[in-house]
Amino acid sequence: MNVDSSSEYLLEARNIVKVFGELRANDDVTLSLKPGEIHALLGENGAGKSTLVKIIYGSLQATSGQLFWKGQPVTVANPAAARELGIGMVFQHFSLFDALTVTENIALALPADVDIGALAGRIEKVSNDYGLPLRPDALVADLSVGERQRIEIVRCLLQEPRLLIMDEPTAVLTPQEADQLFVTLERLASEGCGVLYISHRLEEVKRICHDATILRHGKLVARVDPQQETAASLANLMVGAEVAAVKADRGGVPGSPLLELVDLSLPTNDPFGVALKNINLTIRAGEIVAVAGVAGNGQSEFFDAVSGEQPSANNETVKMSGEACGRENITRRRRRHAAFVPEERIGHGAVPDFPLSENVVLTHHAVGEGVVRKGLINRAAARDVNSAVTELFDVRKGTPDPEARSLSGGNLQKFVVGREMTREPKILVVNQPTWGVDAGAAALIRQALIDLARSGSAVLVISQDLDEIFEISDRIAVISRGEMSEAYPAEELSLEQIGLLMAGAHEKAPEKAAAS
Amino acid sequence: MMIVLEKRSEQSKAMTFLSPVLAIGLTVVIGGFIFTGLGLDPFKALYIYFIEPMTSIWSVEELIVKAAPLILIGAGLAVCYTANVWNIGAEGQLTIGALFGAAIPVYFTAWQSPLVLVLMLVLGAVGGALFGAIPALLKNRFGANEILTSLMLVYVAQLLLDWLVRGPWRDPQGFNFPQSVPFEGWQLLPLLGEGRVHIGAILAVVAVIILWIMMGRSLRGFEIRVIGRSPRAGAFAGFGQKRVVWFCFMLSGALAGLAGICEVAGPSGQLQPTISPGYGFTAIIVAFLGRLNPIGVLFAGILLAISYLGGEAAQVELGISDKTAQVFQGMLLFFILACDTLIHYRIKFAPGAGAAKEA
Repeated sequence: MNVDSSSEYLLEARNIVKVFGELRANDDVTLSLKPGEIHALLGENGAGKSTLVKIIYGSLQATSGQLFWKGQPVTVANPAAARELGIGMVFQHFSLFDALTVTENIALALPADVDIGALAGRIEKVSNDYGLPLRPDALVADLSVGERQRIEIVRCLLQEPRLLIMDEPTAVLTPQEADQLFVTLERLASEGCGVLYISHRLEEVKRICHDATILRHGKLVARVDPQQETAASLANLMVGAEVAAVKADRGGVPGSPLLELVDLSLPTNDPFGVALKNINLTIRAGEIVAVAGVAGNGQSEFFDAVSGEQPSANNETVKMSGEACGRENITRRRRRHAAFVPEERIGHGAVPDFPLSENVVLTHHAVGEGVVRKGLINRAAARDVNSAVTELFDVRKGTPDPEARSLSGGNLQKFVVGREMTREPKILVVNQPTWGVDAGAAALIRQALIDLARSGSAVLVISQDLDEIFEISDRIAVISRGEMSEAYPAEELSLEQIGLLMAGAHEKAPEKAAAS
Repeated sequence: MMIVLEKRSEQSKAMTFLSPVLAIGLTVVIGGFIFTGLGLDPFKALYIYFIEPMTSIWSVEELIVKAAPLILIGAGLAVCYTANVWNIGAEGQLTIGALFGAAIPVYFTAWQSPLVLVLMLVLGAVGGALFGAIPALLKNRFGANEILTSLMLVYVAQLLLDWLVRGPWRDPQGFNFPQSVPFEGWQLLPLLGEGRVHIGAILAVVAVIILWIMMGRSLRGFEIRVIGRSPRAGAFAGFGQKRVVWFCFMLSGALAGLAGICEVAGPSGQLQPTISPGYGFTAIIVAFLGRLNPIGVLFAGILLAISYLGGEAAQVELGISDKTAQVFQGMLLFFILACDTLIHYRIKFAPGAGAAKEA
């Protein structure tokens, strides 16, 4: 082995730049990791974590910058080359075949000449050695999510990696399963294997990681020792301290409550989903309330519960204009003058290969003026709405009525927001109003939200963009792991506090939550 | 020279219409080769197969008789497939519809009134709808794959029919032949003109027009199209996927059941162990060839009816198996699905095999 004695690092990524079109996904990022170290990679969605990891794992090539492996400059052309070096990766979403056994699934990832009989023995040995009990002949379909993750980990361990990359491994695990995973990771680290650990969960980063690299908007913002930080200070570093000055002109005295959530809970069947727990929130006429939080803490489940895509079992949990409607579906809530804009514009907010006028029908069919009469669609009326939206929101398009997918992200977002605005809703719920949208469109959309609230409507904004939240909202609540904090007046909330809330400071103690 | 499929930036509207034409052309050409391989004159054989059925009044009437059930069923299946609901069991729904409707003449043999005919048609539709509701229930309640359940139920229906005509419903005066009592008077569909064309043909055209308006103009049709394209957007619009599954299965089942009762109360005039030459399966081809558009189904149904007639003609005049019809139908579906690739992709001829390689 020709180990360069001048380097104590297992892996170094120096001055990595990755450009996608206009976007600098990684802008001069440097990361280094020693053998036996559990290194956290932190950042918001879109901060550039995935891009950096893909470059290290060989699925992407850096525009500029250099990777060093054990002190030697290397080029990682593809994931196979990464595995050859000794880099293994466990993805957040598993790639397993339900109908095959554990052994068969692992064999698929190995060279074709592997002896399956001997492999089962190796799997059993490795899984027991590392505290990841697995039955080699079990069918994947019968296994829990935690057990499935073990298959992915064992698959990496069989190749005796020197560096293991884990992408949000605990997002799908129960607390007990997560504890077990931490034991395994610590054992691996004690044997000299490096671990690059991506997570949003700051408490666990503090618990197991020795070092942390924090990215924001593609740039390296800090390299810190998580043991010396608080969860709140880590959150501050992630979301940034340069939050815009709070706007002075707040709305007048808020009016009567238009949207009330009372002990709203929603269980989840999806292993990747988040259950909502006892959410209480009131939004009054004339105000904008924002829900902040790190991605994946129940925002989309919360949106579905408020919109009525997932009605509640208890009618009293959601009230619109004072009337209970928790069991009502989205159409009946729309008839209560509520309007909704989901996070995904393509495939959720709009049907990609339908023209815009038909996408108008999507949300106007039960409420729009004359869009549907006696069960028949009035195409002319739908086209009129489309023209009105287009004009009001400056939707730029090639033809009068193009397919939704032919529009750019910003223009389509203006369309899906504008489509609801033309209804002049009394309640507007919008998830990530300006996600992936250019600055001009974002400003226009934010102004429209403010104008709507000032005209006497209640606006609920779910966003991960703290700048946006401080720019437009009157009060701010924070969601973490499906629990919602109290909504604080925006001018009273410091970054320190919001960071603490994002890290879960308001979450109820487990025994209290379990008792309910 | 290398042939490469390149993804189009958007769907080709032209290819949506050209694809069936191309598929028909390819089917005819390959059919010609098959006839040549059988030692026949391909041009004569193709003439007998495709053109002759349209040259006499008799055969045009026969064409309408065969096209009517294909169009009725195909129009319903087109709605199903638009919603991404895969009803493969129309043949079974046809059979059960025929049984429901035939129960009237079997149990009330002497009853003669216009009401009998109406009741038979209604029961036929109800029977097909109920039988179609089984895979819908299994899918909505248990998540069972409707392709498998609807297909397997075909054999259940056919065995039930077989048992009935050989057992409890066998005509006591029928010399032990496996068939029901012959239907008479108001138990039969009125004929249009002198030949065998019955009012089933009118029902087919009416169904096509209603479904065309429904899919093109109504909110229900919009709901079906949205659920088919983008279930998540459908949920956002407040449309229930389960409701669409129920609706599609029961609608297509009802139309298949109607086709079934029209068969037994029309050309057959009684229940027999076999009541359809596979209309329920052929209608799948009709739906796709008709671009899942009810009006398109009208033309596709006529074309597929020709393949049935041609098969019979080829058997009589050329002395080849009547399975030829199935070969042609199979080729047609194969080519239409292959040609549909060109809606989303274009063919590019890349120069030289070695010259162009990945960068």
